[in-house]
Amino acid sequence: MINIADLTIQKAQDLLKSKQVSAVELAESCINNITQHNPTLNAVLTVNASAIEDAKEADSLIASDSSIFEQKPLLGIPLLHKDVYSTKDLRTTAASKVLEAYIPPYDATVVKKLNEAGVITLGKTNLDAWAHGSSGENSDFGATKNPYDLQRTPGGSSSGSAAALPAGMCLVSTGTDTGGSIRLPAAFCNLVGLKPTYGRVSRYGIIAMGSSFDSIGHFTKTVTDSAKVLSVTAGLDRHDGTTVPHTPPQYHENLGSGTSLKGKKIGIVREFDHEGTDRAIAQVTRNAIKTIESLGAEVVDVSLPHAQYAIATYYILIPAEVSSNLGRMTGTRFGKGYEAFGDEAKRRIMIGAYTLSAGYYDAYYNKALKVRTLIKQDFDTVFENVDALLCPVSPSTPFKLGEKANDPLAMYLSDIFVAPMNLAGVPALSVPAGSVNGLPVGIQFVSKHFDEENLYKIAYAYEQARGNIEGLNNLSF
Amino acid sequence: MNNYKPTIGLEIHVELSTKSKMFCSCPADWFGKKPNTHTCPVCLGLPGALPVANEQAIEWTIKIAQALNCTIPAISKFDRKHYVYPDLPKSFQLSQYDEPIGQKGSLSVHFDSIDTVKSFGITRVHLEEDAGKLIHKGNHSLVDYNRSGVPLVEIVTEPDFHDSSEVKKFLEELHTLIRALGVSDANMEEGSMRLEPNISVGLASSHGLPPYKVEVKNINSFKFAKNAIDYEVKRHIELLEKGEIPVQETRGYVEKNASTVSQRTKEEAQDYRYFPEPDIPPLTFSPAYIESIKESVPELPSHRLTRYVQENNISFSDAYIITRSTEMTDYFEKLCNAQVAESAKIASMLVNKRLSIADSIDVSLEKIKRALVPVQTDEAALAAAIAAVIAQQTKAVAEYKAGKETVLMFLVGMVMKEMKGQADANMVKEKLLTSLEAH
Repeated sequence: MINIADLTIQKAQDLLKSKQVSAVELAESCINNITQHNPTLNAVLTVNASAIEDAKEADSLIASDSSIFEQKPLLGIPLLHKDVYSTKDLRTTAASKVLEAYIPPYDATVVKKLNEAGVITLGKTNLDAWAHGSSGENSDFGATKNPYDLQRTPGGSSSGSAAALPAGMCLVSTGTDTGGSIRLPAAFCNLVGLKPTYGRVSRYGIIAMGSSFDSIGHFTKTVTDSAKVLSVTAGLDRHDGTTVPHTPPQYHENLGSGTSLKGKKIGIVREFDHEGTDRAIAQVTRNAIKTIESLGAEVVDVSLPHAQYAIATYYILIPAEVSSNLGRMTGTRFGKGYEAFGDEAKRRIMIGAYTLSAGYYDAYYNKALKVRTLIKQDFDTVFENVDALLCPVSPSTPFKLGEKANDPLAMYLSDIFVAPMNLAGVPALSVPAGSVNGLPVGIQFVSKHFDEENLYKIAYAYEQARGNIEGLNNLSF
Repeated sequence: MNNYKPTIGLEIHVELSTKSKMFCSCPADWFGKKPNTHTCPVCLGLPGALPVANEQAIEWTIKIAQALNCTIPAISKFDRKHYVYPDLPKSFQLSQYDEPIGQKGSLSVHFDSIDTVKSFGITRVHLEEDAGKLIHKGNHSLVDYNRSGVPLVEIVTEPDFHDSSEVKKFLEELHTLIRALGVSDANMEEGSMRLEPNISVGLASSHGLPPYKVEVKNINSFKFAKNAIDYEVKRHIELLEKGEIPVQETRGYVEKNASTVSQRTKEEAQDYRYFPEPDIPPLTFSPAYIESIKESVPELPSHRLTRYVQENNISFSDAYIITRSTEMTDYFEKLCNAQVAESAKIASMLVNKRLSIADSIDVSLEKIKRALVPVQTDEAALAAAIAAVIAQQTKAVAEYKAGKETVLMFLVGMVMKEMKGQADANMVKEKLLTSLEAH
């Protein structure tokens, strides 16, 4: 068996190309880890029964055609999809009892693109039901545990996708980031997590939470791996009217030297330096700032004056869109009554139905839309002057399971540093930055719309200079 | 009755005949197809599916709006209208709320002459999607989603109507207009055009609208619309006479006794929780785009009617009949273009069925030419024929002599028959009169 937990996509590709490892061996190693560790971690909801068959096909392609990797850049790479990605003939539940038996008749565009690029889909990962949550605890199929501390959350909502990577269950996992649902778990599980620009990656076929927020990204161990995957998933989709026409670059080929940030101006958001943040985490952020300064970047103080209203705005707009999007999950179609929804879904449906109702629309929804515009303008203004922002991801280290489960407001506040980017639609990349008490801590880089190329260059240089993360707990499962 | 004044506004739904549906690429042609064969994740509302707007449907809606003299804004958008029903797979209908494609227009309708023309206000023209269809079989209800997502244009009028015959005439004009634009077959039987009158009745002496209205849903014939209005107006007056105000409600038309029944009252009125559809970016229309669509709008039936009467001296009734269908108008224009006769003469022959649009243009042109050539009359044969008819038709001749002048046309007919049609009708009449005088 191969040690998947320490393997990157980049390294696996070298091994596949030089025939030192087969796609079947990679897939089998991952499935073996799923079999061994999933009873403890609860990261995976469904295993794809035809994964090994698919890996065999990949191996025969590799054997017969040496140039196959040019057409199929991710050939043989084992992957897990967050269970909101529609996968043809493979159960897709959104971790809700409502869709417990739903088998989609079609693939999401991103699933299709990744399949065409040659990935081996191993299965579907756990999440907060309908992606509602920051800890994974809202899953109707039980919470996922953090591989670095089983008492703690791996972050949510893409909880299973994040926990699966350190546990060696795949080399890349997909997620959705509506208000931090990729970046927060990436920070909690020592991973690189991409929230692309809204409109950069197609949403078609991915069960919607907040349609004007949902960003389709992924988890990897390194910046290079992340860029490799975005090179496949990005681009216009005629099935998603909000994707943009301009052709994305091959991100992984444009990472730069990775040794210098000379000429780059990085903004530090004044409003994110506040008392609620764990002091040890603030220290990790300061260390990261020093690292990018040492690479020659100019660090400047910037302000997002309306960012303090982000969570309030988010929790008006999101429930409104949720209440609309979940309306279709009826018993007529799926055989389950509304009582099959969990508490958080019910909470959002009720709040959303209320804020959209006649007489309240202007006071809530419309007002929140206006604040959203102001937050967007804050980012636009800042990016006139800087190339990227460097911000913390979470105000705390991974919290204990159960700690915030009965306090929705405390749970919502986990997203104070990540939700503003979703309101603005800008891209952000969460990158491992250190550890506190054995637990992973991340930082995020943020750039202007559709500037993922720049984001990757900066994050790549930081990652090279940062070196290995020290002091993490041993993986405990 | 005269103490009361009905006020009526209309909502009209027209299904567009685009190739594909409004938000996906399934065929829009749903009528009579095997259930659930024209469907995909989008029109089934499957989790994750997203709508993408059909440009042709948007263009045609602009065309309808322009033909109805509406203003076309530079920006429009789609909104979600929420209600739960098994034929609505997303539990919301994609529609347009506060920024419809067509705003504030009018449609002029001619009544019995070119001078009795009345203009009715159009409030808005918007684009939305149709729902599926429920089929009830015994204790089961089945859903067919073939119609789900078919483009539907909703035209809303001002409450400018005061009796049912005005409404009927307006609807006929609108139907003719839609068909002339070539954007819908507006087939009433197949439900491609559906009518919803809003009716209220107030005192004739009072100003402003009555404090209630009753909506009658989904009527698929002009006659039924008229019947429904007549029934409602009578019902409201009876209630008002008793000192009651009719309940604001939605009613359904019952065909078998031309009545209506209550379906939903105001207390149960829905809050549709409209909000802008996040999956479809706002629509922006450049002035050049709007202008290019305007140029593609053909000459409208009412304009043609006026032109025929005022410039071509065609009678109003002939011109009205000819302008009711595009096929008839096109055929007529082709005949006129050949310039073999005055268009008024051609119009009269066409309306009086002496010409048929089933014939080729050449056949009809021959018929027109023949009708125009004076017939060569054999005068000796005519004299003989007149003598013979007078001799045979003693009773008719006697009646004529007794002063019953209408008998003359009968005798002319008999002579024409004797001549096998080969005689000039005027000459026959003249010679016959002379012979009768002498008889």
